[in-house]
Amino acid sequence: MSNDHVSAAVQARFSRHVLGAHSYRGQETLLIRHEGLLEVARFLKDDPSMAFDCLMDLTCVDYLKFGASLSSAPTLATPSPLPYYMKPKPTEEAWQRLVPSDAYRFDVVYHFYSTTHNHRVRVKVPLKAAEPSIPSLTGLWASANWYEREAWDMFGVTFTGHPNLRRLLMYEGFNGHPLRKDYPVNKRQPLVGPIN
Amino acid sequence: MSTVDVSKLNWVTTRVDAALGWARKFSIFQYPFVTACCGMEYMATATSHYDMDRFGAGFPRFSPRQADVLFVVGTISHKLAPVLKRIYDQMAEPKWVVSFGVCTCTGGFYDNYATVRGIDTIIPVDVYIPGCPPRPENVLDGLMKLQEKIAHPHTNDPPTPKAIGAGARPAELQVPHTSESHL
Repeated sequence: MSNDHVSAAVQARFSRHVLGAHSYRGQETLLIRHEGLLEVARFLKDDPSMAFDCLMDLTCVDYLKFGASLSSAPTLATPSPLPYYMKPKPTEEAWQRLVPSDAYRFDVVYHFYSTTHNHRVRVKVPLKAAEPSIPSLTGLWASANWYEREAWDMFGVTFTGHPNLRRLLMYEGFNGHPLRKDYPVNKRQPLVGPIN
Repeated sequence: MSTVDVSKLNWVTTRVDAALGWARKFSIFQYPFVTACCGMEYMATATSHYDMDRFGAGFPRFSPRQADVLFVVGTISHKLAPVLKRIYDQMAEPKWVVSFGVCTCTGGFYDNYATVRGIDTIIPVDVYIPGCPPRPENVLDGLMKLQEKIAHPHTNDPPTPKAIGAGARPAELQVPHTSESHL
């Protein structure tokens, strides 16, 4: 089922906030500026033709060093024919993120679902490394509460307006955010026992 | 008037220790600290097919104050480590610890920010049972090694192969190794 009426409506209504949109096998993806997230989210929730009443998922991606190395990618010069599940990685052009500059390090990713219309949309919000801050959606979808706590815990993205932005998975006293790409892979912060 | 030569009375204490060890090794009250998938194999070992109760270890106590042996079964994260240490500290002497599965032995393949690389960095461990997860035969083997250790508390020598091997074991304590016993 195609959902392109969703992204078309959002693009027509919020053209100043939409950075880009693409579609893959009927899955719509919208890139939104973080200044316009609350407006777009309220429209997606309250408009009768949208009626996205479920926030299915909220996560974050760290694009530090993204695309800097394609060394692990199988190339077309690989001698033996590749199996069907090992398609060659796309070229660097296909890895473009549709973001205006390299300063945008994080993407916060939302998946919305409408139980009345049975349609879905994915919203990505690029954030700059200098100020990884985004308005919280807990006022619109209560399920955003723990998702945002997890994203803060793992990636250090602050959600302004969140009622209780504490760590969810790691313990109090943990320094840093372990799923950031610049968190040292060997760093250990045990509560008891030897360090590293 | 002659005094008692205490050194000649050593045999009394050794006999008492032997009797205590023999009694303790067949009355293992275990505390199962089960956190992950190894727990399924632990439960399989407790069922009638393998029957941990043959070794006197069939009765888990869910209070550390009533337990002798701490079975640490499954991955331990840094967030959980203080809980494990507190439970170990709550157990009364004498106490033993069994590290069940490769995650508790070394951390296994979880070489990341979250996982303890072996519980022996937190608490002393008596028996390691490796495997991901260990088969019930492995668990019973480890349990019998633990019994040997309980029965001989004052020796640091590793048990001889004969003492822990099939030859020294009564027929009713044999581990099933036939292929059809796994079906």
